[in-house]
Amino acid sequence: MDYAVQQFLNALSFGAEYALIALGLAIVFSIMGLVNFAHGEVIAFGGYSMAVVGTLLTGNPLILMAFVLVSCVLVSVLLERVAFRTVRNADITTGLLTAFGVSIILQNVFLLLGSPRPVAATQFIFLDRSISIGSIRVASLQIYETVATLAAIAALGLFLTRSNLGIAMRAAARDFEMARLCGIRANRVVSGAFAISGLLAGLACIFIMARRGSASPHMGFDPVLTAFVACVVGGFGSLPGAVLGGFLLGFVEVAVLVLLPQSYGGLARAAVFTVVALVLIWRPDGILSPVREKGDKL
Amino acid sequence: MLELSDLKVFHGPIEAVHGIDLTVATGTVVSLLGPNGAGKTSTLSAIAGTAKHRGSIRLEGRDLSPLSVEDRVRAGIALSPEGRRIFNNLTVFENLRMGSATRSDRKGVEADMAAWFDRFPILGERRDQSAGTLSGGEQQMLTIARALMSKPRILLLDEPSLGLAPLIIGQVFELIRELKADGMTILLVEQNATAAVEVSDHVYVLLNGRVTRRGPAAEFGDGSGLMDELTGVHA
Repeated sequence: MDYAVQQFLNALSFGAEYALIALGLAIVFSIMGLVNFAHGEVIAFGGYSMAVVGTLLTGNPLILMAFVLVSCVLVSVLLERVAFRTVRNADITTGLLTAFGVSIILQNVFLLLGSPRPVAATQFIFLDRSISIGSIRVASLQIYETVATLAAIAALGLFLTRSNLGIAMRAAARDFEMARLCGIRANRVVSGAFAISGLLAGLACIFIMARRGSASPHMGFDPVLTAFVACVVGGFGSLPGAVLGGFLLGFVEVAVLVLLPQSYGGLARAAVFTVVALVLIWRPDGILSPVREKGDKL
Repeated sequence: MLELSDLKVFHGPIEAVHGIDLTVATGTVVSLLGPNGAGKTSTLSAIAGTAKHRGSIRLEGRDLSPLSVEDRVRAGIALSPEGRRIFNNLTVFENLRMGSATRSDRKGVEADMAAWFDRFPILGERRDQSAGTLSGGEQQMLTIARALMSKPRILLLDEPSLGLAPLIIGQVFELIRELKADGMTILLVEQNATAAVEVSDHVYVLLNGRVTRRGPAAEFGDGSGLMDELTGVHA
């Protein structure tokens, strides 16, 4: 029983992290068709800025958390302004290459200004403790991560259905030009998408830092790659799909780790991607891919 | 109200409209008729700002050329586009809310929305349903309503009868007549010449990107002669 609950929580928290990052990718993609591989560097930027501020200014974890969130939002919006706005109407591959370029440049900036080795920032480690609920011992971080992710998803849902900007973002995801023809400012919608994406990256960054206790140049890239797969499985451009894909990947990953004999541990990733491949054979556009109607001009 | 002079419209390197002059007076309905590919939609796109153009577009004397698509809406242009292009992932209510995106008078927006739900009860009944569940005709009404929610000075109506059953087309033109009676200024693009001429004050005929005929609607009779002219071979 203990073991099962622990593994379930494991899967939930893995899935939550993937879902957070996948949502950040999906919201930008749904609106401007950009696969933002620089999303991982936004996370890494949050980690480094936490390390710098944590060393020089304050060790107060709450202030640091707020700081991580704010700096991720700012850098995400800044990247859109500097790098992605110029290629907004360009081909999808141009955007993809731009994102990779930004990602590589930032990774190298982190290498040059920081260090190839991880830079310690341990202020969030206290989040990760072993606590007992009844007779079951669980990691507190996993609970925080799952709860925070679900809260973020709920808040995002409310924002997208209640606020003018949120509705405008959904409209723009369907037909950007028509949204502009309604007088909705393209720059506001796109900046909004990047701000939300940055906020989600910041949240993911807090949990990643709590687990690792250090920032490194590539800390964001791997999770983003996995989140990208989650987006594909869930249906690229669909926000519910990104969440579903994230949690699905989390559960599959944990299931594989649990079910696979120890000696085959090296095959864990291969097994995960086999499941992904099977899902894609079943639903080539992902499980919840946005419906495109016949005769649709888009 | 609206004045186009020597308007040229481009799609990439191709010039689709070769310098046309057109005037729409306040409170009148002007039809822009022509066969497929004549440049009608291109002309409307240029006015709305989504197509590259040269020459001048003036709305009440103000040059629209330097304005972005979004700012032209604020200047008083509203487009009800060809193919309707409703946001079918949004509810009917949210579609209308998007139409009012440029307005800040909440009370007025609510009143206008209520008026539309009154005029087309089906929109009220489906208020919180996905707009994609509406029929073609209902979607067309929603498109026009969405455009009018911005309180435009001029409504650009692109092929409102496209793909609709005759009965529904009648309702669309009935709505156009009502809007005209309310003093709305409308530039109407149509292939259904008979119906268009009937509601219009002025008619322009566009062929291969040039205005070939223009005049008061009365000169075009019941428009049936035009139908032959437009559907005939004219290359």
